Amino acid sequence: MRSWGRPYINPYVAGVAIGLVLLAAFVVMGRGLGASGAFASSAAGVVSAVARDRAQSSPFFARYLGGDGPWLDWLLIEIVGVAIGGFVSALIAGRLRLAVERGPRISEGARLTTAFVAGAIMGLGAVLARGCTSGQALTGGALLSVGSWLFIAGAFAAAYAVAPLARRAWT
Amino acid sequence: MTAPYFELGYFGARGALVAALVIGIAFGWCLESAGMGSARKLAAQFYLTDLTVFKVMFSAIVTAMLGLFWLGRLGVLDLSRVYVPETYLLPQVVGGLVFGVGFALGGLCPGTSCVAAVTGRLDGVALVLGMWSGVLVTGLTFAPLQSFYEKTPRGTLTLPQLFHLPYGIVVLLVVLIALAGFRGAAWIEGRAASRRDSPALPDASRDHTRHVAEGVGA
Repeated sequence: MRSWGRPYINPYVAGVAIGLVLLAAFVVMGRGLGASGAFASSAAGVVSAVARDRAQSSPFFARYLGGDGPWLDWLLIEIVGVAIGGFVSALIAGRLRLAVERGPRISEGARLTTAFVAGAIMGLGAVLARGCTSGQALTGGALLSVGSWLFIAGAFAAAYAVAPLARRAWT
Repeated sequence: MTAPYFELGYFGARGALVAALVIGIAFGWCLESAGMGSARKLAAQFYLTDLTVFKVMFSAIVTAMLGLFWLGRLGVLDLSRVYVPETYLLPQVVGGLVFGVGFALGGLCPGTSCVAAVTGRLDGVALVLGMWSGVLVTGLTFAPLQSFYEKTPRGTLTLPQLFHLPYGIVVLLVVLIALAGFRGAAWIEGRAASRRDSPALPDASRDHTRHVAEGVGA
């Protein structure tokens, strides 16, 4: 794999750092990290702006419409931070690069289509599981939540089961 | 007990959003620094050639878990005021399975796709759009899913409660399992690297031929 800019840092150093960020969230806020929740609140915000009744009648979207509204949702602001932090880190390390990351045997168009479909599948999964790799695996994992560990087991089991079938996309 | 600060009213809603932004920036910075914004690097996890995802994820879980345990034990953090995601057995297993299919196909998860997208990876942009559409459509057609979504509720259920073991013992067991996992990861990566480097093995030579053939074709 061709590398760009400075090499990535040691995965264990990065993992401990993420663990400390997560711990800071627990100490400061009494809650952990998340990502899919930001997608849910922004989707609720858009649906609410287009068809207010539709959003309020959906038990899934309605919960994001209370309080300060969907656009000031804690996880949405946190994800804006993730985007800023990721961008600045890549900028400093010289890793910003306009590209389609793909395996050697898949076209750019096919990779983009696959990525979109994969995202949609994960969207469904994250809604059902009440979170994703951030909100369930990292946060719930550290809190030893049973449901979160079931999510981790399910996600890795399915990913390893599907990977041989998706080999064409990556190797 | 002096923490969690927000729960104990040390600051209000505006302060919480500032905290969200700062915590998010640190999280995104770490993810990018570890290479978690690269779909190829993440996908390699599922072909056992690069186990960065496993190493990052489990060292983060172990670090935060140990921090929670000791801050609670030292009386700094009131663990009863930390929100633990509630358990719904069936939807979380099925949600995890569905999620895993997308993870292997896409090579990114929701958080890392945001990092991929802002660092110029167009596949990350496509995945963010797909993820957003998936959540939107699921939210709009939620009514038929709702009964399944609420199946097998167990409230706040933790591994110590499930196994009737003391908190500290479960923490210790998770640490030991993670350490064994890290050793295993090093072994698996070493094996993958030696297979790549040795041209005598059929796997590597087949790969080589394929790349040469592609080079000629192109």
